[in-house]
Amino acid sequence: MKLEDKLFLDRYVVDNIPHLKIKDPSVCTMCVKKQCLYTCPAQVYKEEEGKIVVSYEGCVECGTCRIICSENLEWKYPRGGFGISYKFG
Amino acid sequence: MIENKFDAIVVGAGPAGTSAALVMAQSGLNVALVERGDFPGSKNVMGGQIYSKSLNEIVPEFWKEAPLERVVAEKRFWFLSKDSKVSVAHKTPKFAQPPYNSCTVLRAKFDKWFVGKAIEKGAFYIPETLVEDVIRDNKGRIIGVKTGRAEGELYAPVVVAADGVNSLLSKAAGFHPELSPENVALAVKEIIAMPRNRIQDLFDLEGEQGCTIEIAGEITKGMVGVGFIYTNKTTLSVGVGCILSDWVNYKMSPYDLIEEMKNHPVVKPLLEGGQIREYLAHLIPEGGYNAMPLLVSDGFLVAGDAGMMVNGLHQEGSNLAMTSGKMAAETIIEAHKKGDFSARCLSLYKRKLDESYVIKDLKKYRNSYAYLEGNRQLLTTYPEIINNAATEFLTVDGVPKWEKQKKIFRSTLKKRNLWGLIKDAYSAWRAFG
Repeated sequence: MKLEDKLFLDRYVVDNIPHLKIKDPSVCTMCVKKQCLYTCPAQVYKEEEGKIVVSYEGCVECGTCRIICSENLEWKYPRGGFGISYKFG
Repeated sequence: MIENKFDAIVVGAGPAGTSAALVMAQSGLNVALVERGDFPGSKNVMGGQIYSKSLNEIVPEFWKEAPLERVVAEKRFWFLSKDSKVSVAHKTPKFAQPPYNSCTVLRAKFDKWFVGKAIEKGAFYIPETLVEDVIRDNKGRIIGVKTGRAEGELYAPVVVAADGVNSLLSKAAGFHPELSPENVALAVKEIIAMPRNRIQDLFDLEGEQGCTIEIAGEITKGMVGVGFIYTNKTTLSVGVGCILSDWVNYKMSPYDLIEEMKNHPVVKPLLEGGQIREYLAHLIPEGGYNAMPLLVSDGFLVAGDAGMMVNGLHQEGSNLAMTSGKMAAETIIEAHKKGDFSARCLSLYKRKLDESYVIKDLKKYRNSYAYLEGNRQLLTTYPEIINNAATEFLTVDGVPKWEKQKKIFRSTLKKRNLWGLIKDAYSAWRAFG
């Protein structure tokens, strides 16, 4: 099963306010490693036309990107009651 | 407007926070338990097992009412090469009788029940509320928390940060260093549904009993980590976790690795016909004793994952969380008797932890991860060596056993020379013994 299909099984209470924000997109353009593209377990980060696009709606709130990109990422939890809501856990 | 003054505030309704709130409420303290999820457990992930000893001290005879999946009667350990396995297992009736040893659980159900017990004892549960910062008095002492709600200030002479591995609260409070990729593991997991009878047959289980399988070797591609398969009632918890810096340096994606693991020739037959129901990911604070943050300051205690209390080598975490939550509660009960919430008075918490298995075990394995990271042959070459040796020794092909032994020895030395083997044995004893 593809990752997109797996994420489709998860339950989210989507907040209309993004909880993940790239501080300076130009830093991403210069970034060599681009670790966020392959370490994020929910593939929240994708590269489109040279830009990093953040699909915060599918975030499982693990904190991986927060740790590997602490300088250029503004990472908050979604507001109370919003975000991933596991049925099994 | 809700009452906003409490005897204590606990942030995070996982095993650590709920234990703390329950024990304090039981002794008559007015305690708030604040959780950001839309229900308790909705954000929480572990392998996962709960351990009887620690939970039984908080909810006696919990097994009579808790939503447990299976009683773990057998623990299995697999060492995989590309297509083979050598396994070691231990099964004993002791694990299968009350008070049991460990049980598998699904956190969405278990945490809901556990928080219900804390509420029963009188804890004031505040759901769907994100705690954003601490509130300090003019002397810098922590006297409450600021939540994301309008007029959402909550006040208490002491706050317990049990807000999990990322612990944004203790970072906001300014004394938790940022986690480094070497000190956390990233784990992904799937819940795979399967009819009960099929689980009984495939895993050779009796009645309500279950098993856990920890998997080392080929599946982590040399990264420091393990895979696992845990049996639940009508689902399996299947996952793999590795140190975050390894995912980064090996340029591996967790969603690819879990697929590869599920397709390993030894793993695949056990999952045949299963239906994926949920995909999960979580960080595990595995930095151990050397990476622990400060746990006590004026009006502030840190418990569970937030305090890096995980014994990764033994797959223990929920027990350390519950024990630390309980000890935080006992410390606060004492502090209320004295009316003193200074770091000096609250350091009783640290002393309790030091005297318990929590710190003793973390200290014992303080160098184990650094050791594994520096000795990756243990995770790659050794599973290969033991699988080759087993295949050779168990193949009946007319070759005398004495010659087989020599052949095994020779092929082992090709992979790791004698000096290397001796060094590995000695340093492993130093790191784990």
